[in-house]
Amino acid sequence: MTTDADIHVHHLTRVEGHGEIVAKIEDRMLKELRFSVIEAPRFFEAILRGQSYHETVHVASRICGICAVSHKCAALKATEAALGVEISQQTELLRRLAFHGEVLSSHLLHIYFLAAPDFLGLPSVMPLINSQPELVRRAMRLKEIGYDLAAMVAGRHTHPVAMTVGGFSFVHNPDDMQDMRARLVDVREDLDATVELFTTFELPDFERPTEYVSLKHPDRYAFYAGQVFSSDGHGIPPRRYREVIEERVVEGSTAKFSRWNRPEHMVGALARLNNSFDQLHPSAQAAARRLEMEPPVYRPYTITVAQLIECIHCVEDAIELIDELAERGIEADARQAEVAPVGGQGVGAVEAPRGTLFHEYEYDDEGKCVAANHIIPTAQNLGNLNRDMQELMPGIMDENPDRIQRLLEMLVRAYDPCISCSTH
Amino acid sequence: MARESAIPRFGHKPQVAFFDFACCEGCQLSVLQLEERLLEILEHVDVVTWREAMTEQSSEYDIAFCEGSITTEEDVERIKDIRAEAAVLVTLGSCASTSCHNELKNQWSMDEVLDVVYGDDAGQIHTIASRPISAVVEVDYQTFGCPVSLPEFVKVVSAILTGQSYEPPNEPVCVECKRNDYLCVYEKGEVCLGPVTRCGCDAICTGWGDACQGCRGLMDSANIGAMLKALTREEAHSIMRTVIDRHQLTEGEIAAKLRIYNNWPEFTLEEAETDDD
Repeated sequence: MTTDADIHVHHLTRVEGHGEIVAKIEDRMLKELRFSVIEAPRFFEAILRGQSYHETVHVASRICGICAVSHKCAALKATEAALGVEISQQTELLRRLAFHGEVLSSHLLHIYFLAAPDFLGLPSVMPLINSQPELVRRAMRLKEIGYDLAAMVAGRHTHPVAMTVGGFSFVHNPDDMQDMRARLVDVREDLDATVELFTTFELPDFERPTEYVSLKHPDRYAFYAGQVFSSDGHGIPPRRYREVIEERVVEGSTAKFSRWNRPEHMVGALARLNNSFDQLHPSAQAAARRLEMEPPVYRPYTITVAQLIECIHCVEDAIELIDELAERGIEADARQAEVAPVGGQGVGAVEAPRGTLFHEYEYDDEGKCVAANHIIPTAQNLGNLNRDMQELMPGIMDENPDRIQRLLEMLVRAYDPCISCSTH
Repeated sequence: MARESAIPRFGHKPQVAFFDFACCEGCQLSVLQLEERLLEILEHVDVVTWREAMTEQSSEYDIAFCEGSITTEEDVERIKDIRAEAAVLVTLGSCASTSCHNELKNQWSMDEVLDVVYGDDAGQIHTIASRPISAVVEVDYQTFGCPVSLPEFVKVVSAILTGQSYEPPNEPVCVECKRNDYLCVYEKGEVCLGPVTRCGCDAICTGWGDACQGCRGLMDSANIGAMLKALTREEAHSIMRTVIDRHQLTEGEIAAKLRIYNNWPEFTLEEAETDDD
């Protein structure tokens, strides 16, 4: 018996959190193959019990340092649904604007700092600081505008301070928005350069159709709100999520796996692009055509490219949102809705950068949290990712072990897993 | 535990490693948000291990920045190994320095929190009571905040590189609030933990109109007893009356607010009252 490959990546690098890859091939037979989450759980669903609604939302944002705006908004929406709070149109527009900041910063962190080194044949972005300083500065400028946009709306990107149950803790300044608008216009050039860079990358052409799940909104490409939609043709309101998403504990993983119609499904940028391509901004659609990303796209390695296309959409839509807010005017009266601590139960669903995120809370009559449940995008993707690995392997089994390891690592990274989030 | 040993001066460009334990990794993310200033720092150090950002790794390093709380037996061993290698160990943010809200789980037995989250499958998951890194190994420099306050991070990096010590500020957030001319949160009729919380954040939350939730932890001389009296008793100061009348908080509810970021060592009101008397 000969061992052809014995791969064990204990702490995978350039991903958020702790995950491991194990692949063992003996006599051309696949003996073991998996990606598991070995992150230490933080037990958010247990520790939120007993907190008042205000503190519940404050702590829930801490589930993730990358997508804190998403967690905060999912918690806010669930809490507002539970307490019967109606937010103003202005608050919703501002929250949508904050989302664009978060999606930009999160996607660009992944595109340039976590994924690009793979396409450039480098171990990290560090060697580029000296060899291609302009590229590194461009990456930083792009990422920074995402943080600054989220901070302009929410006070801070990680963790937002100004988003409250019912609205915001301060009245936004129209001048700040115009300064931001000018920066968003300028950043188009950097995104165009990024698209050009991506046309030079060769991504593995492995493909496997799967079930794509995302929020879908009748009027716009959904991030902040919508029905939960599956490419298999079913849509349901978020409050009924338990009927379709089933979570289960899998041996060797601290993150739970989940299923919808099929045993596995994908959430995130590629799922959204496949489900809602027509609602992307025309500039984003043009970039998609240039990058050969018109749906249906079944290649998981291109999730990173779908993220880049979404970045273009977010910049354009952020500009339009700022214009809409300028036209309406920022009303101090619309800042904060009335909130009374009453009992109730509510669900909030949003499209976090990595996919559909659900928060559910039950509050007692004093507004204290009785029960909490969170369904995390990365946890939803774990089943699909493992299935991709299984189907990918027969085609690459004859490659040398280093190459196999590289292809497996790249596949995991393409999903941009947010592992501490998935365990939470 | 603070280390007594002299702070090393480096005869070479120091090698830096980043490590993370139970946390959201928002502190490392915040460090990346330093952008241009990070490039400046990178001129003075070599980053040799940073799992979140680099595939390159080294088992040799001079300075270890550690984020997150210790919540597993494996992590106890891992932080001991890091301590053995690093000449300087820095805790990054409140999860590492005070155990932050991770400590909320210590109110219950580990069996109970495992059951709430994993139910019948809890048997395969292992966890221990959450603790700050300083509860396991000696720490040379501490930074606070959820996420870490970036000006403090830069100060600590400068202190390390110039061989100086760093004492975290030991005044309440109120000092920074006043310096920035922000309206007192109590004047707005809301409860704020600023009067007992270690400053150093430039009062960012009160600056944006929110209240301080105490993420940097209690300052050393925090007078909890006085705060409880002011917020619950008849003889309260006039500013507090609005807050008392509006919210009618009990001592237990104020303690619950304090507990979010201050649960290690076990935080009890009785002790706070005793200290005050």
